[in-house]
Amino acid sequence: MRKIIKYVIADILRNKIVIAYTAFLLVMSLSIFALEDNTSKGLLSLLNIILLIVPLVSIVFSTIYIYNSSEFIELLVSQPLKRKSIWLSLFSGLAASLALSFFIGAGIPILIYQPSPTGIMMLLTGLLLSVIFVSIALFASVTTRDKAKGIGKVILLWLYFSILFDGLILFLLFQFADYPLEKAMVAVSAFNPIDLSRILILLQMDVSALMGYTGAIFRNFFGTQIGIALAFIVLVLWMMTPLWLSLRRFTTKDL
Amino acid sequence: MIITSNVSKKFGKLKALDDVSVTCNRGECIALIGPNGSGKTTLVKTILGMVVPDSGFITFNGKNILHDWKYRKDIGYMPQIGRYPENMTIGQVLDMMRDIRHAKNFIPDEELIESFGLGALIQKRMRTLSGGTRQKVSASLAFLFNPDVLILDEPTAGLDPLASGILKEKIVAEKEKGKLILITSHVLSELDDLITQVIYMQEGKLKFHKSIETLRSDTGEMQLTRAIASIMTN
Amino acid sequence: MIDKRKVTGDMNRLIIGYFILATAIPARAFAKIIKVGKGQVVTHIQQGIDMAAAGDTVLVSEGIYRQGNIVINKPIVLKGVNHPVLDGEKKYELISVKSPGVTVEGFLVRNSGHSSMTDIAGIKIYNTHHITVINNILEDNFFGIYAQQAAHCVIQNNSITAYAKETQLSGNGIHCWKSDSMHISANSVTGHRDGIYLEFATHSLIEKNTVQKNLRYGLHFMFSHNNTYTRNIFRNNGAGVAVMYTRHVTMKNNRFEENWGDAAYGLLLKEISDSDIEGNYFEKNTSGIYMDGSSRIEMYKNVFKDNGWAIKMQASCMDIKLEKNNFINNTFDMGTNGSLVLNTFKNNYWDKYEGYDLNKDKIGDVPYRPVSMYSMIIEQNPPAMMLFRSFITALLDKTEKLLPSLTPENLKDDYPLMKPLAL
Repeated sequence: MRKIIKYVIADILRNKIVIAYTAFLLVMSLSIFALEDNTSKGLLSLLNIILLIVPLVSIVFSTIYIYNSSEFIELLVSQPLKRKSIWLSLFSGLAASLALSFFIGAGIPILIYQPSPTGIMMLLTGLLLSVIFVSIALFASVTTRDKAKGIGKVILLWLYFSILFDGLILFLLFQFADYPLEKAMVAVSAFNPIDLSRILILLQMDVSALMGYTGAIFRNFFGTQIGIALAFIVLVLWMMTPLWLSLRRFTTKDL
Repeated sequence: MIITSNVSKKFGKLKALDDVSVTCNRGECIALIGPNGSGKTTLVKTILGMVVPDSGFITFNGKNILHDWKYRKDIGYMPQIGRYPENMTIGQVLDMMRDIRHAKNFIPDEELIESFGLGALIQKRMRTLSGGTRQKVSASLAFLFNPDVLILDEPTAGLDPLASGILKEKIVAEKEKGKLILITSHVLSELDDLITQVIYMQEGKLKFHKSIETLRSDTGEMQLTRAIASIMTN
Repeated sequence: MIDKRKVTGDMNRLIIGYFILATAIPARAFAKIIKVGKGQVVTHIQQGIDMAAAGDTVLVSEGIYRQGNIVINKPIVLKGVNHPVLDGEKKYELISVKSPGVTVEGFLVRNSGHSSMTDIAGIKIYNTHHITVINNILEDNFFGIYAQQAAHCVIQNNSITAYAKETQLSGNGIHCWKSDSMHISANSVTGHRDGIYLEFATHSLIEKNTVQKNLRYGLHFMFSHNNTYTRNIFRNNGAGVAVMYTRHVTMKNNRFEENWGDAAYGLLLKEISDSDIEGNYFEKNTSGIYMDGSSRIEMYKNVFKDNGWAIKMQASCMDIKLEKNNFINNTFDMGTNGSLVLNTFKNNYWDKYEGYDLNKDKIGDVPYRPVSMYSMIIEQNPPAMMLFRSFITALLDKTEKLLPSLTPENLKDDYPLMKPLAL
């Protein structure tokens, strides 16, 4: 399995899109930090990149990669290899290379310019989001045979996680404004890895404001060691669940 | 050596395999023929475990291949269309396969690599290769590990006559070593002097499985093409 | 030859010296020092005080004294050497000052009684004036230093600590009721209910105190007019600082820091009028300033940094002048609950300002609106905080900037500064 990972990573890292993605992140984050005299404002701009661009690139790139490798996957499947290890190798290869891209493109500038708790949290959640969306991409592509359909599907998924979900929540919050929804919100946030990551970053970035009424509930939950640990566990579940489902599909899939 | 028992497979409404039972033995060179969409490739893929049958089972050396993967080390497979990681060079692909399949005391069979002249192209990236060159790579890989069974899906499609000849010679040589060779093809004339058995499929069903001698005597035709043609018309 | 001038000079000096001695000697002759403590004739402090006459000093030596309540009823100096410990064994009030002109200095006062009926304190000043309480350490008392109907008192350099867990079971660090002209300076107060509490206390100066980690308010006053607060630090108190129903308050150069919580404010101004708030520093508070029903307040040169809301100004406020303040890295610069704005904002620096300055006068050419749409949304629907900084809320804020609908039209700074002020 390690051998396949090695070859997948070597293949992806030479991919022009990944190189462009890394360069894009690097240019963006360096210019954000270099041009903004106020570093916390820089972090804010970076936040949007982490919450929008990272999931988008991760999910679309991984999906396209899986579809483009279908013959390669066939070749591997015809070899004396376990399907499980082939699939996990593909996942590990994609996850590792996209996480590496993020680390080089955004992580290193963060560590240089803003090694604060907020920065570290951004780095961690960015890495996790990269991996989570690889995992979601794997699930989407293993369940859809057609490439165009599959790519459409993951773009919809991305839209859902980054915009539609929040819009829906906002709508519900106003529909049910008379009900105490604070605790429910904590639970709801677990259903979207992007929201969960954003709240984790927010807790570092806007700690003062979050101490307000609802914030206190967030803070009481996510601010404690247990809460943060729980949030990370949920994020890891977001990583594992689609992967596990996709693995189950892949092991019995007809190629 | 390979026995498929009542194997059926549906893709949606299409019956790709319908109750196919075949026995393939060591030393045989079997042509798997039939019109396009007759289920040849699907049968090959079920044998390779790439397609899981809906019913029936397949044994390889007496062992059910379901949930097994180790048996594939005895199979060399040349796919119809070989696509590889685009950014890898031929050398890297060969190295990778060696790496994946390496076994103790293993002596790679690099004859095809040499006779196809792939050595000169070793630094070329896969995406720059022509379809024919890719086929050469696929063929080289299938034979590289000196497997007991060779499964070749449309081996000569896309190869120039020269390369096609080299490949045929290699197949004959391997047959002589007592290996089981399974070739799917719809270009029949090329197979004439190679094969010992013919499996004919149509619409997912096994039409017949005969030795070439039986086939010839049944039809009175010496050439495989004619023999098949006469069967189809009858 | 004798220098005449030198002789007369010496004579002059002698005469002056004599006068000094002559005035000093009678005082010395009558002001005794009474030593109290182990190895002394007098071992009870109260006994020492009873023996003393006005103007005497009762000097208490090192040691632990479990002697119940000590009443000072004559103008004397009660002074401890190396902080002798007065232990109230959780039963007694330690020192009760009932005479004017008393000084209490250099004690460690601890373990006063607790009561829900009377306000028991470590040191309590009863209806008198010109008292000095200086350089004491107070530990684990119900109230720390308590002044009732006192005037012209100095409370200085005391370190007051308690370990209260619940507000009901705890008193205030420094408590002044119906007092006037108090001077409270350089004390540190920790762990009480309110750090400094003033009710009907007037014309007083509160300066250089450090008040932190108290259960409720760091500073709490009501009906305490004409007081000045300067260079105090109020940090990490349960609910920050709350001041109410008062006129003519001057607050300068104080720091309000890390007051976190759902009802915590750096500074809560309720019904405050005719006051100056200048040169203060608000950092990391849930709300830097919360203003309700206040009027005629001038705020200059304050810094608001890293707060949740720099200022929450309820619509009930009027004639607030906000000028030349720095707003840096606050989650929200301003929150409000209404659309009526009768206040003026001018020449502040807002780090979120995205305008331009074409004529290079260092003042932005377009007004800045410190109330963002999303802060209005959160005001109405607190759980919506969950979506803060998401793409959709950024979108909402941008549209609101182009077409204001929710945010108050007049709440704006027409002359925002392009660069922060050096404060």
